[in-house]
Amino acid sequence: MSNNTCDISNDNYAVTVRNVYKSYGDVKALKDLSLDFPRGQLTSLLGPSGCGKTTLLKIIAGLLPADSGEITVNGHPVTGPGPDRAFVFQDFALLPWATVLRNVAFGLELRGVSKSEREAIAEKYIADVGLCGFENSHPHELSGGMRQRVGLARALSVDAQVMLLDEPFAAVDEQTRRKFQEDLLNLVKHENKTFIFVTHSIEEAVYVSDQVAILLPRPSRVSEIIKPEGFRHKDADSIRRDPEYLDIVDRIWSSLRTYVE
Amino acid sequence: MNIFGIKLPSMSSLILWGILWEIVGRLKLTFFLPPLSEVFSTLMQIGTTKVFLKALTETGYAFFAGTFIAIAVGIPVGILMGKSRLIDELLLPWVNMFLSAPLTALVPVMMVLFGFGMKAIVLTTTLFAIWIIVLNSRAGVMHINRSLVEMAHSFGASPMDAFSKVYFWAALPEILSGVRIGFIRAVKGVIIGQLLISIVGFGALFELYSGQFLMKHFWAVLLVLFGISFTIAEFLAHLQRKVAYYATQR
Ligand SMILES: Nc1ncnc2c1ncn2[C@@H]1O[C@H](COP(=O)(O)OP(=O)(O)OP(=O)(O)O)[C@@H](O)[C@H]1O
Ligand SMILES: [Mg+2]
Repeated sequence: MSNNTCDISNDNYAVTVRNVYKSYGDVKALKDLSLDFPRGQLTSLLGPSGCGKTTLLKIIAGLLPADSGEITVNGHPVTGPGPDRAFVFQDFALLPWATVLRNVAFGLELRGVSKSEREAIAEKYIADVGLCGFENSHPHELSGGMRQRVGLARALSVDAQVMLLDEPFAAVDEQTRRKFQEDLLNLVKHENKTFIFVTHSIEEAVYVSDQVAILLPRPSRVSEIIKPEGFRHKDADSIRRDPEYLDIVDRIWSSLRTYVE
Repeated sequence: MNIFGIKLPSMSSLILWGILWEIVGRLKLTFFLPPLSEVFSTLMQIGTTKVFLKALTETGYAFFAGTFIAIAVGIPVGILMGKSRLIDELLLPWVNMFLSAPLTALVPVMMVLFGFGMKAIVLTTTLFAIWIIVLNSRAGVMHINRSLVEMAHSFGASPMDAFSKVYFWAALPEILSGVRIGFIRAVKGVIIGQLLISIVGFGALFELYSGQFLMKHFWAVLLVLFGISFTIAEFLAHLQRKVAYYATQR
């Protein structure tokens, strides 16, 4: 299995997905799907609703078994969840009875980190996501955007190399969403982690991604991989006016529009 | 309740009923209902007697032992049923059957199985209380947001951690309401047990007083019983309100 070529590719790719099949009963969700995720970059999974984006993400997370095929994270085959991956949930998945501090520290708590140590780490990430002063609030006292920051801080605090984000910004308003997208770009730049990001917004995918994988509707496989490179170095505002950015958005839309309706 | 813009404390309607009781009692319509004030003064008299205190301890012991077993067994069983399809399919028919069965009819069976002593009374109390606790804990777990479970799993929670840090807390609002109803049923169970199995505790006092038509005494014991179960139910309702803030959004 691990010949030379494989080892080289494992250095470049944090996550590899090879010939993965997944069915729910009669529903074929994924069919022979292969995709590589370059280390330290953000790859988004873009596709129409129900095409299997969440399914793929959960298979990579080890939350769902694939019917067949091989998934590796840092060269190791995935058999279940592991400390090398952290998941950010679309509906936040916060403990409603726990404070922000405990929620952010919960991943570390489950990994057996001592209370004082995990709270110190959590404090740092709470500050990083801009929630200073809310440590002792409960989730029901926070807005949707703030709750997702808690979910993000929790995933960051376990310091996994691979971050899996399932439509994390779907439940927040447009302004917050734009702010989050900019924050995400900063995170990718500074955290040196690999991000896998599910979205169904074309603009969002092109704006934040180093690589956009377009999935076809069920049974799903990768139809196209687009690497927006020309405008990565530009600042946040000018990206949205960049001709290449607009071009790519148009191109993706025209290849996806056939599947809508 | 608001009357003339004044907010009355909860349960203040009891005062009204108390006054009505006193009036009806004084009219001497029936020997069955002596005035409330006389019931209270009787309570003061017998409240410190050895017989009464012994009955109180016997009843209290059976009650708390019985509900303790019901809680200690009922909550984990209910949570397991909520988590596992297999266990649920196996146990649910039984739980539903016992929940609606006329449990009093089973008390003779308890006597055959566990004898005529305290053990049978304690287990009769458990028998009355446990089913609603199981069913509510199960319902609580089934309400849990799937992604909370996946979240715990994705961060590597052990089954024990998932149980004690996620499932239990997520199901707590339903569990508490199950326990509250369970306690109320346990009051019934302990008295029925004491009347049918062996004549001890409050059951014995009821038997004695009603047999000799000592209505003031009878009502006095009933009031004590009511007071105790009311206090417990209110206490649990208070706990329930404490977790209510997250009951609506899990
Ligand atoms: N637990 C399940 N049981 C049966 N079918 C399922 C299950 N989960 C997903 N599916 C089906 O598999 C397909 C892919 O689902 P998935 O949730 O991965 O899609 P998605 O791309 O994330 O969609 P969306 O953008 O709406 O979130 C859908 O057609 C869905 O109906
Ligand atoms: Mg999805």
